Amino acid sequence: MSGVTDLIIAFLSIALVNNLVFTKFLGICPYLGVSKKTDMAVGMGLAVTFVLTLSAAMTWMINNLVLIPLDLGFTKYIVFILVIASMVQLVEMYVRKFYPGLYQSFGIFLPLITTNCAILGTCLFIDLWGYGFLKAVVAGFGGGLGFTMAIALMAGIRERLELAEVPRPLQGAGITLVAAGILTLAFMGFSGMVR
Amino acid sequence: MRIVKEFSKGFTTHLPPFRLVLGLCPVLAVTTTVANGIGMGLAATFVLVCSNVLVSLLRKVIPSKVRIACFIVLIATFVVIVEIIMKAFFFPLSQSLGIFIPLIVVNCIILGRAEAFAAKNPVHLAAVDGLGIGLGFTLSLAVLGTVREILGAGTFLGTPLFGESFEPFTLFAKAPGAFIGLGVLLFLLNAVDRFRLRAREESLQRRF
Repeated sequence: MSGVTDLIIAFLSIALVNNLVFTKFLGICPYLGVSKKTDMAVGMGLAVTFVLTLSAAMTWMINNLVLIPLDLGFTKYIVFILVIASMVQLVEMYVRKFYPGLYQSFGIFLPLITTNCAILGTCLFIDLWGYGFLKAVVAGFGGGLGFTMAIALMAGIRERLELAEVPRPLQGAGITLVAAGILTLAFMGFSGMVR
Repeated sequence: MRIVKEFSKGFTTHLPPFRLVLGLCPVLAVTTTVANGIGMGLAATFVLVCSNVLVSLLRKVIPSKVRIACFIVLIATFVVIVEIIMKAFFFPLSQSLGIFIPLIVVNCIILGRAEAFAAKNPVHLAAVDGLGIGLGFTLSLAVLGTVREILGAGTFLGTPLFGESFEPFTLFAKAPGAFIGLGVLLFLLNAVDRFRLRAREESLQRRF
């Protein structure tokens, strides 16, 4: 029982309270870059969720079963980024072969995910927090869903912003950043709910 | 001459993250104080210069199909070196930067310069390009760090600036302040640019 509660709390914590985008500042580049249209934003978010869940499982296994027993902890970053890059490649090939429809919808975002710091950041956080395997997978999935929610909300706001009259120097990245700041302010309401 | 041009573009047309809107995660995350901003900027500069030099030296050896993977491995190696150095000599700074030191691996500025510049240019230009962009990045981080530290904590480099009665504007020390601060700085930069452009046009019109 306490195990399940623990997992639920880990999920809520990373999806809402410690949202990757709003409190950890991870994955800001796609958050601002791919959030012009809601459907594209959701596609990107789901692709990230997919890769993040798999990478969290893979990096946990490699870190705990190979790197730590062999005392190779210092090569962690190099190994993690290679795992993520190959994971992205693998997922891309698999999805292209077996789910052409799905590939159509998030095909172009997949290669971009390798350099999404939300993935590497979450894998490193899981290591830092000393999560167990199941908790690591749940945290990866929750982190991905939190990212999807953030990017979808941002895309919704930006679709409205298209119609607004913004002062010339503030147009583009400027107003997007200010809007993101206000959205972050709203999300601070969750802080303290779960540690 | 070319060297000067490649160096100075890091402060003008390619000033990250204002002109080159890349690598925003560390910009927003570590600029709660000036010292953190400068430390992060210098760490990124070191990695950027080293990776640019090595990518440029190996540009004829690396097969173009696997170049991105090769670049990332090179960058990751230098990041490991930086982290070990920082833990050994600047332990408090490395503690406060935390996870953002390893995340230099996926900083798009570094991969972007490797791909867009170092892979096509000779070593000395690549090194100068890395140094210019890196120092421009450090400058931007320092400016945003200054704004956020003065407003959010009422200090500059840890020294209190105002009297006892100063109530810090804590919003700027927290996450929303990072976004809004960067947005407002971008706004000011664009406004100054437009103002200068207009002034130049007017002076041209007056002359003719």
